[in-house]
Amino acid sequence: MAVTRNADAVAPVRASGPLKIWAARHVSTSIGALGRLFRQPFSSLMIVLVIAVTLALPASINLLIQNARSLSGSWDDAFDFSVFLRQELSVKDAEALQKLLAQRADVDAVDLVTADAALAEFKRQSGFGGALEQLTDNPLPNTLTVRPGAGNTVASISLLQEEIGNLPEVDFVQIDTDWVQRFHAILDIARQAILIGAALLGLAIVVIIGNTIRLDIENRRDEIEVTKLLGASNAFVRRPFLWGGFWYGLFGGLMALALVFVGLHLLEAPVARLAGLYQTGLRMTLLSLTEAAAIVGIGVFLGLFGSWVTTARHMRRIEPR
Amino acid sequence: MIQLENVSKRYPGGQEALSGLDLVVDKGEMVFITGHSGAGKSTLLRLIALIERPTGGQVIVDNQNTRRVKRRRIPAYRRQIGMVFQDHKLLYDRPVADNVALPLIIAGVRHRDAIRRVRAALDQVGLLHKEKQNPQTLSAGEQQRVGIARAIVTRPKLLIADEPTGNLDPDLSLEVMRIFRRFNEVGVTLLIASHDISLIDRLGCRRVALEEGRLQPEEQDLWL
Repeated sequence: MAVTRNADAVAPVRASGPLKIWAARHVSTSIGALGRLFRQPFSSLMIVLVIAVTLALPASINLLIQNARSLSGSWDDAFDFSVFLRQELSVKDAEALQKLLAQRADVDAVDLVTADAALAEFKRQSGFGGALEQLTDNPLPNTLTVRPGAGNTVASISLLQEEIGNLPEVDFVQIDTDWVQRFHAILDIARQAILIGAALLGLAIVVIIGNTIRLDIENRRDEIEVTKLLGASNAFVRRPFLWGGFWYGLFGGLMALALVFVGLHLLEAPVARLAGLYQTGLRMTLLSLTEAAAIVGIGVFLGLFGSWVTTARHMRRIEPR
Repeated sequence: MIQLENVSKRYPGGQEALSGLDLVVDKGEMVFITGHSGAGKSTLLRLIALIERPTGGQVIVDNQNTRRVKRRRIPAYRRQIGMVFQDHKLLYDRPVADNVALPLIIAGVRHRDAIRRVRAALDQVGLLHKEKQNPQTLSAGEQQRVGIARAIVTRPKLLIADEPTGNLDPDLSLEVMRIFRRFNEVGVTLLIASHDISLIDRLGCRRVALEEGRLQPEEQDLWL
């Protein structure tokens, strides 16, 4: 047990370059923190799950709103309205009116559906073909379908509708798309509500992670004291806890993604059935890559933020006695 | 290496742990501080380690006035000093080698170098064959030697030890002191608090007696 006088023992402690140390420390600390997570798999999983549900909730509701919006958005003709002309008006007069209206600046297009064409289509689609053969004359009027120009506001469209309705050739104007506007307004409110809810849930995540890290700090109090006695800085002692928060956030975010995808998968069949009923190519909007990255990114950010706030508060307090 | 000038330390309760203490420890010296428990031995070491600050006087360590070491510079300051504790202060969630490596990790030594240094330090305390064991499986004497290996792994110029043999039987105590002696022979300055006077006598080192926070001059004269 003689004192070895080899070069290793006598040479002064020499550190490598600061950037290299910094990177190497972070790599080893992050792996260490990850290992700590896996050593208590059950409690870690619980925390990750709580974070995942908290993230998945606003994300999936937001997705739902997006789908509803795109569904109603596919009715591009939502602001079209039908102008029923007086019964006695001839096709020629109707064509004249069509041209006149089409010249207006606030009108994009005007389609004429003649009474004969309307009846023919009705026969074809309604299945009452045989019964309708019995009619001696056509009860349907000539109809114009007006598509307002893109520059219109909701107010200007209703003004346009009123103006056209007052024309002598017009019997009445039918507006059946009010509910689309209301629906959009409701979606806007829902979106705002989600934003507020998401902010509150984000705060919850910060609290959850902060509390977890705080317990972790208490459990490792002795270790912190010893490392501080040996000359560890606050930053050094803090690092594993920051990485702990990072991993919680990352896994929580990834798990949230998984939950959203499972939810989408479960909805696939019912949506397909609905699409079948409406004979449309209705398809659900999936999460875009950016949105998926945002969910994980928010998880990581909240994890880091939660542990950062907590460690900032507790690290200074734990000093060797 | 260590210079204490008129150092006093009064705790918030009004209790005076040290009063008007003057002490000089030269480079390469091995000095024992003796005294009853409560005489101020630990307080003296804590002031040197900057675990506490004096309420009066100056503590100068390796030409640095500790008064001028700011709070955020304390970690860097502590890294220059090796510390050995009565209760070892080992971490039982990791093997012996990782315990000894801790100061090197804190200092940012490269992994490969750290392994070599850890082995060299463990070899010096005769525990190289136990590097992979958990410190809990070691005897008290062995645990203290692990603590010493951890204190010297960074090759500090100064090593302070608070009752390093407090929990050890006489044979183990002597062995620990012999290890300290060997470090002293290669130039390390040591300041050791101990109440084991018979043991210190066998080593024949300088002895400083504290009583109620003051130096006992007569005893010091006796041993000079």
